[in-house]
Amino acid sequence: MLNEELKTKITELLPSATFEEGGEWLNINIESKDWLSLAQQLRNDDSLFFNYLFCLTCIDWKTHLTMVYHLSSTKYRHNIVIRSKLDRINPEIETVSHIWRTADFHEREVYEMFGVNFLNHLDLRLLILPDGWEEKNPMRKDFEDPINMIRL
Amino acid sequence: MWSFSNIANNLHDWLSTTFNPTWTLIIEMVIAGIAVIGLFAALGLVLVIMERKVSAWMQIRVGPNRVGPKGMLQSLADTLKLLVKEGLTPNGADKLLFNVAPFIAMIVAMLLLAPIAFAKDFQLWDLNIGVLYVSAVSSIMVISILMAGWSSNNKYSLMGAMRSGAQIVSYELSAGLSILAIVVLTGSLRVSDIINSQADGWWIFKGHIPVIIAFVIFIIAVTAETNRAPFDLAEAESELTAGFHTEYSGMKFALFFLAEYVNIFVVCGIGATLFLGGWQPLHFGTGTQFNHIMDYIPSSLWFIGKTFFLIFVIMWFRWTFPRLRIDQLLNLEWKYLLPISMFNLLLVTLMAIMKWHF
Amino acid sequence: MVEEIGTTTEGDLIINVGPQHPATHGVLHLVITLNGETIKKVEPHLGFIHRSIEKMCESLTYRQFIYVTSRMDYLSAHINNHACALCVEKGLQIEIPARAQAIRVLMDELTRIASHELWWGAMAMDLGAFTPFFHAFRERETINDIMEETCGARLTMNYIVPGGVMQELHPDFQKRVKEFIVLYKRKIHEYDEMVTGNIIFQNRMKNVGYLSAEDAVSYGCTGPTARGSGVSCDIRKLYPYEVYDKVEFDEILETAGDSFARYMVRIREMQQSIRIIEQLIDNIPDGDFQAKTKAVLKLPKGEFYSRVETARGELGVYIVSEGGTTPYRIKFRSPGFSNLSALDHMARGGKLGDLIAMMGTLDLVIPDIDR
Repeated sequence: MLNEELKTKITELLPSATFEEGGEWLNINIESKDWLSLAQQLRNDDSLFFNYLFCLTCIDWKTHLTMVYHLSSTKYRHNIVIRSKLDRINPEIETVSHIWRTADFHEREVYEMFGVNFLNHLDLRLLILPDGWEEKNPMRKDFEDPINMIRL
Repeated sequence: MWSFSNIANNLHDWLSTTFNPTWTLIIEMVIAGIAVIGLFAALGLVLVIMERKVSAWMQIRVGPNRVGPKGMLQSLADTLKLLVKEGLTPNGADKLLFNVAPFIAMIVAMLLLAPIAFAKDFQLWDLNIGVLYVSAVSSIMVISILMAGWSSNNKYSLMGAMRSGAQIVSYELSAGLSILAIVVLTGSLRVSDIINSQADGWWIFKGHIPVIIAFVIFIIAVTAETNRAPFDLAEAESELTAGFHTEYSGMKFALFFLAEYVNIFVVCGIGATLFLGGWQPLHFGTGTQFNHIMDYIPSSLWFIGKTFFLIFVIMWFRWTFPRLRIDQLLNLEWKYLLPISMFNLLLVTLMAIMKWHF
Repeated sequence: MVEEIGTTTEGDLIINVGPQHPATHGVLHLVITLNGETIKKVEPHLGFIHRSIEKMCESLTYRQFIYVTSRMDYLSAHINNHACALCVEKGLQIEIPARAQAIRVLMDELTRIASHELWWGAMAMDLGAFTPFFHAFRERETINDIMEETCGARLTMNYIVPGGVMQELHPDFQKRVKEFIVLYKRKIHEYDEMVTGNIIFQNRMKNVGYLSAEDAVSYGCTGPTARGSGVSCDIRKLYPYEVYDKVEFDEILETAGDSFARYMVRIREMQQSIRIIEQLIDNIPDGDFQAKTKAVLKLPKGEFYSRVETARGELGVYIVSEGGTTPYRIKFRSPGFSNLSALDHMARGGKLGDLIAMMGTLDLVIPDIDR
């Protein structure tokens, strides 16, 4: 499907979604509370069929966090990017690891690096960092480590 | 032409003229004991360096080449290293069994050297059930493996030892049935009888198809019995479990290691004796020029040559094939090799009765 | 290497595999729950080689961060550099000269062959055959020598930079690659006979580690792992970049979904790579090897994503730029990360010996996973 048709279809499913122009793929901004229902509809709808989540990450803008999901469909070969703003003090969003199994590891990584709490995730704990790094959230911009980080 | 049997006879004559019969017997036994221990050590050294050089040749590399000319003294360096290594006993291990297990392996390996005929008239003990003796004594090896695995106080040693035990016990059946094929054709269990019956040709040529099948099954079965690749899942090189001799280090590990190599020599020696004629030279028919030339090569060289050829084949297997999983291994034995060898035994019996062999 | 941690009350055994392996997988620690010989759960513990590359790149300029990325999946170093260079070029919107494109594809395909060779040798060694390892390294050494002449390094080449390639090809490059092609076609045939046709290998790999097509997509598997289950996901065909739309090659798909299918996909991919190299080596266009770019690169404000097909699957580079000389946020979507998450699903119900065959066919390189 082309970007225009995707735009109309997504607006049907979630009227509160806003779109950003520019970029090669359709960029959609949503509220974090709408994510789970939109994700299920994107996966199950026959004309969309987004079955491949190929990138799940988080960006730390210094005032808030943004979750970014890149979705693709192996049947129709269309790609979209979904963003959701999260509060910096208490970031929370629903997990999608039961819809796309690859999100299991990716969400654990975002949890340990940025501190985002994924609700209803079955096993949210440290993946790459060793024990003792809970709550440290090293990828945030305000992470200080006087021994290892040298500020020029 | 001086040969081993001449030397042995001369020594016996000299001893019996110098001492009284009891002393002669005791001194001969001491000499035989020293010779066997010396052979055990020498074989171990030679086979270790042979394995490393053969594996290097197959893998397009050179192998050990620093110690001694062309690396031939590498085994001595290895032995020195193992001698000075600290022999650790694990904490909860059963001290008696842990210490005794490698010695049992060594004793079994040495006992098996007794009925083998190294040259014409040069055998330690030509007992009338020679072949059965070899088959029976090699089963005692299982005890030493299980003892080593159990007394190590390590669940993985135990698992490895159980797998190894199951493997050895299963493959003994096929090995025994292949040996029986030759015994049926010869009519005797005595090793010297079997060799003498091959004076006009080796059994592998005289007995054509059924004996060739028996030979192939024998080689596969003894590779499994000595825990060599591709059946070495229970050994130290397997993927996860480290095998029954994990907890051994230093001299005790060296004894297991050497016992394994001497075992390979013994089973290849038995294979050469039964199927390839032992120390008999290669004869075709009777009394031709070719046979006369073959007779010039001393019989000990014939035996050594055949045995080392079979050892080379077994080493070749190790560096060519990947290893089988334990259930595939046991499958192979019980579902394929055992029925084939039983059927083969029937064929051989038929052949022996109807005199269809050469 | 293997220690027993403890026994749970139901009689399950928990054992460790790793983090040190006899094979060249890298430092991966698996905690396996066993019931007898059957696996109930596999839990990977990662992070032994985590070097915080993503955070490091936030303080490196766009020309500097290429050097760090070739150490992520060091077996396909050129392809990693290629992905980063493509992303930066997308941001700068510059056009790469045709000669640089052809050279990039040639280097990529040579790297793919070298990576698959090492995979093949290590996989055979895991299963117990020690000799193919030496044969595989013999070919890999030839490729490394070719790379060394042109790029100056044998493992982490840093030859592909934003704008093109770093310097001109060595004058002997064409001749040596042509000799290599002739040699290699013979060898591939030899490998097929020695390993693929061996019945012991086939029995160890067939019906082991089944992954269905839906599961492969759901777990995010890409590359030969997914193509062995019938999922068509070759980035070189779906979203062609450089000159991949001008050369002829097949995308290898197998439908069986077991370890043997994944093995066959990689072996056939090696043959396809040689085909691509053959088509390109005589037709490298003349021209510049690098487009004219400024000394200090500044990407405009925005977000850019580029994807390439490494030897393991789809590598995605996602750059968020605020208009400065360093990226604001970089994310590397590595193929091994998602492939590893399917290991638990594939291993359940199998035996311990099968786990090794499965890990071999997934072709895990841990620095790629840990970044």
